[in-house]
Amino acid sequence: MNLMMLLEMASQGFADRVAFTNGDDTLSYGELFSAAGAAAAAVKASGCEQLAVLDVSSLAVPISLFASAWAGVPFVPLNYRLTDSEIEGLAAQITPAYFVSGDERVDALSKLPDVQVTSRNSFLEEARSGSPPPDLEWSMDPEDIAILLFTSGTTGAPKAAVLRHKHMVSYILGSVEFGGADEDHAALVCVPPYHIAGISAIASSVFAARRVAQLPNFDAEGWLDLARSEKATNAFVVPTMLSRIIDVLEGSETADLPHLRALSYGGGKMPQSVIERAMKLFPSTDFTNAYGLTETSSTICLLDPDDHRAAASSNDPAVRRRLTSVGRPLPSIELSIRDDEGKPLPAGERGEIYVRGEQVSGEYLGRASTLASDGWFPTRDGGSVDSEGYLFVEGRIDDVIVRGGENMSPGEIEDVLLEHPAVSDAAVVGIPDEQWGEAVAAAIVLKEGTSADADELKSWVKQRLRSSRTPQLVAFRDELPYNETGKLLRRVVRTDLGVAAS
Amino acid sequence: MAQLKAGSRVKSAVCNAELMVIAAPAGDVDVRCGGAPMIDIGADGGGAAFDPNFKEGVALGKRYVNESGDLELLCTKPGEGSLSFADEPLKLKEAKPLPSSD
Repeated sequence: MNLMMLLEMASQGFADRVAFTNGDDTLSYGELFSAAGAAAAAVKASGCEQLAVLDVSSLAVPISLFASAWAGVPFVPLNYRLTDSEIEGLAAQITPAYFVSGDERVDALSKLPDVQVTSRNSFLEEARSGSPPPDLEWSMDPEDIAILLFTSGTTGAPKAAVLRHKHMVSYILGSVEFGGADEDHAALVCVPPYHIAGISAIASSVFAARRVAQLPNFDAEGWLDLARSEKATNAFVVPTMLSRIIDVLEGSETADLPHLRALSYGGGKMPQSVIERAMKLFPSTDFTNAYGLTETSSTICLLDPDDHRAAASSNDPAVRRRLTSVGRPLPSIELSIRDDEGKPLPAGERGEIYVRGEQVSGEYLGRASTLASDGWFPTRDGGSVDSEGYLFVEGRIDDVIVRGGENMSPGEIEDVLLEHPAVSDAAVVGIPDEQWGEAVAAAIVLKEGTSADADELKSWVKQRLRSSRTPQLVAFRDELPYNETGKLLRRVVRTDLGVAAS
Repeated sequence: MAQLKAGSRVKSAVCNAELMVIAAPAGDVDVRCGGAPMIDIGADGGGAAFDPNFKEGVALGKRYVNESGDLELLCTKPGEGSLSFADEPLKLKEAKPLPSSD
């Protein structure tokens, strides 16, 4: 198995179809295959053992992904928002490395030891003018490493998740129909290449032979403009992106995107109010919630379009609540909720989410596998399933607040706070407390033109949850700290509220 | 006859077809294309005969399964032969496509 197999099939079946569009520039499947081979030869000749990309989305990204697979070296997309010194720290873990970089980072990278750097434009030029050497074959060893992906490190220092060809190829074969897209289909990809959703979007679209229109830097107006000009039929967004798109559409009856058939979202918790508004603004669009982790090669659970419609139109609170669930596991994934000792729990009970399947890696560079001997992966996400098997994710286990021996999920308290009419965003964390070990603290963003004071919000929670879950501290902020892919930075909130409390 | 490992590739001895093994029973598996035993991807067909009863073709990107479902192959290069498990013709696997999630 090798990711190149997916591209080879697409280029055999759809050589002349446009594969990627970036601005006015395009690559067909045949051109992508040829450029990947030429770039693979350059990487091979360099003697480097990793191919790293430090750049926004461009045509160089899919070429690099497949060139690395062809050359037999891991593909390592890095976060271009990191500082030079942070990049230096990550680079030291992956040298000798061949870097493809935006112009602005070339100088800094060229000073690093065991790094060969090529600017995006010269990489593109050389790859597109070359051709695959006739004797260069890719390995079909399924154990070869396809991708090293540094996790976002919202709970600690970044570490590199290892995704092997067997994981990525199994995921694609298990979830995408070959050539399933029509010639006029186009997916708008606005997630960065260093996010697992950005990589899986490339691999899925190639196998489906669906054209990708790249949006290198997300902003809501730019997204709407591109969706219209490219007549995008599919798109993936993280919840904060959807929230901003909706804000721009405020006051409109509908989004006026008649071509957009499918909008999927994931990568963080979607507030119920946002998805409800989105479904009204995009009445002819199918919504899919995709839940997955870097370590599981992307999606493992789906709340599909029928689930969305059934939940949105139901008067049964148990069914309606499913709009906030991540749906049910893919056919190729097994899922189990377990207690602290690893024993499976029945429906309705909260525990840690465990998954098993061919696409699940659970492996980090330089560390022992986190998979159990029978293949089950503890995700470190907490959650529960309802009677029909719908999964509700409650956030990282490491974020659980332990107050006087009682475990509390921040997500449960945040959900209640978000139901308050004046609250636009809420983050709940544990802060050090002499009496209880940890105390519940909330950072709140109020909706414009509304007001609520701390006591009102405390009693709002107290009336709806147990009194132990009532925040001891409520602090108001203009905004909450998110990383660029929409993950709440709880560490930052915890530090902020810890200072506020003392 | 050969042992088939998930992820490995085999090719037809009588046409251009190449297939990747998605699932296979343990032990020797008599999988054929165009009526002739399939061979290792690097091997030479060596003049095997095309059985005209197995010439419906294999299509790029399609999956083929046996009756019991323990043998599944993905076509990575199309060809004129059709697939069988010994004499049992393999069938096209119809799967309900999942909604696009990324």
